[in-house]
Amino acid sequence: MKIAFVVNGETRQVDVPPMKRLLDVLREDLRLTGTKEGCGEGECGACSVFVNAEVVNSCLVPICQVEGAEVQTIESLASDDRLHPLQETMLKIGGTQCGICTPGILMAAKALLDQNPHPTRDDIRAGLSGNLCRCTGYVRIIDAVEICARNTGGPSVSLSTA
Amino acid sequence: MISKIEVYSPKTLQEAYLYLQHLHGRAKVLAGGTDLMVQLHDRLLVAPVYVNIWGLNELRGIEDTGESLRIGALTTYTQLIRSPLVRQYCPILIEAAQAIGGIQIQNRGTIGGNIVNASPAGDTLPILAVFEAQLELGSHHGIRVVPFNEFYTGYRQTILGPDELVVAIHLPKPSPSDRLFFQKVGSRQAMIISKVVIAVKAWVDGQKRIRSIQIAAGSVAPTVIRLRQTEALLQGQVLTPELIESARQSAMHEVRPITDVRSTEHYRRTITGNILSKFLCQL
Repeated sequence: MKIAFVVNGETRQVDVPPMKRLLDVLREDLRLTGTKEGCGEGECGACSVFVNAEVVNSCLVPICQVEGAEVQTIESLASDDRLHPLQETMLKIGGTQCGICTPGILMAAKALLDQNPHPTRDDIRAGLSGNLCRCTGYVRIIDAVEICARNTGGPSVSLSTA
Repeated sequence: MISKIEVYSPKTLQEAYLYLQHLHGRAKVLAGGTDLMVQLHDRLLVAPVYVNIWGLNELRGIEDTGESLRIGALTTYTQLIRSPLVRQYCPILIEAAQAIGGIQIQNRGTIGGNIVNASPAGDTLPILAVFEAQLELGSHHGIRVVPFNEFYTGYRQTILGPDELVVAIHLPKPSPSDRLFFQKVGSRQAMIISKVVIAVKAWVDGQKRIRSIQIAAGSVAPTVIRLRQTEALLQGQVLTPELIESARQSAMHEVRPITDVRSTEHYRRTITGNILSKFLCQL
């Protein structure tokens, strides 16, 4: 089945089975391997991407439901040579260790900050509740999102606590 | 396996009815996919044909019809959470939606899917039971309206015909004096299937007399259930510590839980009684 959709601002067309997971189309057909597969059953959030500006688990979305949609993946976060402030903060605060959950965490965190630029720590916990991390214990992830939210008034991110 | 599956994506509801009519029983309906894609991943329930209704915007949205809220079956949990109408008339439905999965699931999972998936653990279902919701079922024959409380006939069994879709849910507005309670008990707050999930709708007058009460529970029987014996025990009575204790005992005995990977029969009985008792103490 031929399906056209927009990925990170670019129109792409794939010819794949209609029930193929968006996750697999991104990784296998479009070679966008930043999106990770964790559990494959919607429990861990590692495969989080945006479909029409909403964060979803790409392992639970069949490609037939993406026809004409706009998809944003982790590859869209950095622009040119500049990391997104969330990425920079996660690095500096130590919110990433093995890294498998990180792309999904970043997408969920971006979804949260898009909706709620000044979240409380509880808002951050709720916003990231669909994402599992087995390394960090979450504290530094939540710190990173909190610090990023506090700092992203201006164009550059300054980290007083780092 | 995946490559052998056919998918039809109707553009209108009428077209969806025609597909379901012609595919009679061979097709499964695909909505938000949050349950179905997991079953597919686990190589379960692989139907040869899917009717993908995700694109049917006419099945989305929440409207005030005067006496009730009409909630389109494809309305997502996120849309419920953000709805001022739901916040006004059924805030416990927002609590339930927020307790389902995480944000990613809430953005995709639908209330119609929660109903049709027919899990005894569906978190919105006890609320629909206590509100005595009506379901609008559609097919090429037209629309029929059935009480939610008559929708399930057994474990994962419903009265939905093979050519029918759940189109909308009618949630009668509560009276201003109704008190609403919802509680989900699980191993953690997010991303968990309930051990027990309970909703209560109650009207208690100034003399502490229970004028009406509806109690429903999930994960404690093959389907979501109303605790009608316990309701009858409470109906018309004045709330006293003794009455609350009798209701707790009654609820514990009325549920029919099993021991499974998530919890034990004993725990589920105990917690059902305790939660009901906690709610009654707050009235």
